[in-house]
Amino acid sequence: MRRLAALRVGSRTWSRIHRIYDSDLSWSFRHSPLAIVAGLMTLGLLLIAVFAPWISPQNPFDVSSLSLLDSELPPAWDPEGDARYLLGTDVQGRDVISTIMYGLRISLVVGFCSVMLSLALGVSAGLAAGYAGGWIDAFIMRIADIKLSFPAILIALLVNGIARTLLPREVFNELALWILVFSIGISNWVQYARTVRSLTMVEKSKEYVQAAHILGQSSLFVATRHILPNTVGPITVLATINLALAILTEATLSFLGVGMPPTTPSLGTLVRVGNEYILSGLWWVVIFPSITLVLLVLAVNLLGDWLRDALNPKLR
Amino acid sequence: MNDTHKPPLLEVKNLRIEFPTRHGTLTPVHDVSFSVDAGEVLGVVGESGAGKSMTGSAIIGLLEPPGRIAGGEIRLNGERIDNLGPAALSRVRGRKIGMVFQDPLTSLNPLFTVGQQLVQTIRAHCDISEKASRQRAIELLDGVGIPAPQRRIDQYPHQFSGGMRQRVVIALSLCAEPSLVIADEPTTALDVSIQAQIIDVLKRMCREHGASVILITHDMGVIAETADRVAVMYAGKIVEIGPVRTLVKQASHPYTQGLMGSIPVVGRKRERLVQIEGAMPRLSDIPTGCAFHPRCPQAFDTCRRETPVLMPAQASSTACWLYREGHNG
Amino acid sequence: MLPFLLKRLFQALIVMLVVALVAFSLFRYVGDPINNMVGEEVGNEYRQQLREELGLSDPILVQFTSFVQRIAVGDFGVSFRNAVPVSELLMERLPATLELVMCATILALLIGIPFGVYSGIHRRGLLTGIVQVVSLAGLSLPSFVVGILLILLFSVQLGWLPSYGRGEVVKLGDWSTGLLTLSGLKSLILPSITLGLFQMTLIMRLVRAEMLEVLRTDYIKFSRARGLSDKVIHFKLALKNTLIPVVTIMGLQIGSLIAFAIVTETVFQWPGMGLLFIQAINFGDVPVMACYLVLISLMFVAINLIVDLLYYAIDPRLDWNSAAAGGHAK
Repeated sequence: MRRLAALRVGSRTWSRIHRIYDSDLSWSFRHSPLAIVAGLMTLGLLLIAVFAPWISPQNPFDVSSLSLLDSELPPAWDPEGDARYLLGTDVQGRDVISTIMYGLRISLVVGFCSVMLSLALGVSAGLAAGYAGGWIDAFIMRIADIKLSFPAILIALLVNGIARTLLPREVFNELALWILVFSIGISNWVQYARTVRSLTMVEKSKEYVQAAHILGQSSLFVATRHILPNTVGPITVLATINLALAILTEATLSFLGVGMPPTTPSLGTLVRVGNEYILSGLWWVVIFPSITLVLLVLAVNLLGDWLRDALNPKLR
Repeated sequence: MNDTHKPPLLEVKNLRIEFPTRHGTLTPVHDVSFSVDAGEVLGVVGESGAGKSMTGSAIIGLLEPPGRIAGGEIRLNGERIDNLGPAALSRVRGRKIGMVFQDPLTSLNPLFTVGQQLVQTIRAHCDISEKASRQRAIELLDGVGIPAPQRRIDQYPHQFSGGMRQRVVIALSLCAEPSLVIADEPTTALDVSIQAQIIDVLKRMCREHGASVILITHDMGVIAETADRVAVMYAGKIVEIGPVRTLVKQASHPYTQGLMGSIPVVGRKRERLVQIEGAMPRLSDIPTGCAFHPRCPQAFDTCRRETPVLMPAQASSTACWLYREGHNG
Repeated sequence: MLPFLLKRLFQALIVMLVVALVAFSLFRYVGDPINNMVGEEVGNEYRQQLREELGLSDPILVQFTSFVQRIAVGDFGVSFRNAVPVSELLMERLPATLELVMCATILALLIGIPFGVYSGIHRRGLLTGIVQVVSLAGLSLPSFVVGILLILLFSVQLGWLPSYGRGEVVKLGDWSTGLLTLSGLKSLILPSITLGLFQMTLIMRLVRAEMLEVLRTDYIKFSRARGLSDKVIHFKLALKNTLIPVVTIMGLQIGSLIAFAIVTETVFQWPGMGLLFIQAINFGDVPVMACYLVLISLMFVAINLIVDLLYYAIDPRLDWNSAAAGGHAK
């Protein structure tokens, strides 16, 4: 009986969500050319990243497939270029397109994973703070406040920097991806926590939560089954905007030399490595990864913007 | 129905307000006509969504886009005000027409003192010195019943209680000496115990400053106490308009009868409060013919087919086929 | 006001202690301090003696206390890389960073606020559209990409502006400034734009959003109903309501700027604290890292405190006394 009642309440919230998503949101998407373009771009880049090993002309990290004779070639449309290497090659003979594809992979993986981490941290903190209230709330919010007084990039930089100094180079290179995910993840959780917390506090006082309590459901159950689904909307917007930020942060860290190493470069690392040759005229090695990075972040930002406007009840 | 020789202060003729939306164009106000004489209090009643606030906003030119006036005229002292440009309109607002909004908590700018807001308004319309404006402001605050006005004039809105704030709002609406004040649900957001006081202040101040009042509310009790004439709105139209005493005692339109019957009266023999079945239709779903016919206990065939216009019935005007000449209602 | 101030100062102190703890851990545990100071050939006996002398065998709490005492007077020891006292090193680089941050902020404010106000008042229109696009670009372009592109265009292609360094600087006492020489000014341009672009777009978007929000409020509607002109409404009333949250966010953003200066300094080889920090990380120069950390934290904490105080001073709704009881401004 209890389970049934809970199911009904929970599924009501789910169907509510489905209704919103089905009508207004998709209408808004279909009528916003910018959102469509952004969505397609993001999808395109995502697909390239996922299928990189199959669609890239060359595996740039297989040293045996490289030929130094082909190094430093400009893009294919340049008279000195080679049609095999559409966007040129770098000093080691690596095809720029291929490095971009693999770099895109890594950038996206770090971006997504760190957002997941931030989400997990932030949402649980917010739920706990909002639901439990009292000193737990005060404690969590105090930590959040302190954390907010430091820019995310600094925290990420610090964690990465310390790891870089602590660990021997090979170990660091191996673990770089996960260290990055960790450092970016822990530096971006506060916004989720705050949003979830205020939503939780609002929902907590509503009658269906009190009803659930009377029915004997445990706090954890109520929190996750009833309150959590209501936070999906704003959290999705935050996550999308944060994804762009995470990708940017990772790129910045890699550019500074404390992120992904040149052996498994992300787009940021590619820019850093390319930057060293900027004055010797090899502009394609730095420009194309930069453009890709910018397009990726732009697409995600636009998507996040559209999502925020579409889900904002005040603007309907 | 005015029986004076003086031309009316405000004339609204065939006002039509449209609201384009994603799902098509809605018409919250359909063909509304009425007039207000100098010195009178006209009440405008109806349920939420009947179009009363929209009409008020339209008169002062503050319709929220994408809403717009799609037809009809509004004349103040004979001159049209519905087609003015923004500069001319800002000269009308405040100086000729004042407005009181519903929520005193959000009507006042939290970052400026009450005095600053009063003086700003006075000096925007009247060419008098800062000192004289401040003096006038203090007098106004005194007039609306704010104690110790010389001190409180320099306080911020958050230092006033809800009722006090609404008094300040009334003072603000009158400080440029308009001839008409539109009060849109001025007491709805206030405690019941203060509502009567505020209505009193409003009525008294307007009378002292020579301003007519359009009092928009859904509270019939307030209207019965305060207004001279009443217009009853339903689904974007006026269904009955006339002197307040007539409407309260002998309403003609079935809807008005329902409304009046729902006012509990102390001392009356204990009867059940009248309840009107159903609810006002959504704007996208207005019935053909008379919009009230699905809920009307006296509806007949014509009501379903033809839309009634205001016609004379006893001492008021009613938009109801029951009162068509020749019909024995 | 005093209890409020004391409470915030106390919080600040706690944060600084935590930071000191992190710095301390860095010193103690990142690599072996002894190894960092002496070469490989030195014998174990000597190492043990050194350990005792430096107090490295004392209980942790004692070590921490003496550490805090030392850094409270600015003694961070000597840089591993070039044996110069760390505090001296950082102080020498401080003016470069601060000047850069200052120029970037001024640029961001000068362009961001007016355009933000404009696009808030005129919701649609060509200029507003352009502002929207530019602001989106600013948010999506990583600052290092901006820097690189600027270098490519203005240094490599056009040769108008230098691509690295600060140009000639003039020493005014302890401070060295690049504002008084032509080459100094020229060198400031590209880095300031790079650092300030993100801030500028942030301000534009923020001011626009706030403006839109304020213009929708009841009190603005009431001001219109009272016949106040658009000019008065936009520039006297709405602006004041808009700028208050903007001022506080800007204050907090200065911290972010100081952090992002690291990137800009790296791109332009600008001899500031940020570049020093990166070099320290790459080298494993712990004293420098620790000193930078503590200094930056101090700056952030101070800025946050000032911004909080400012907020309470500007907004008449906020009361010192109730604030001391708990809770934050916004």
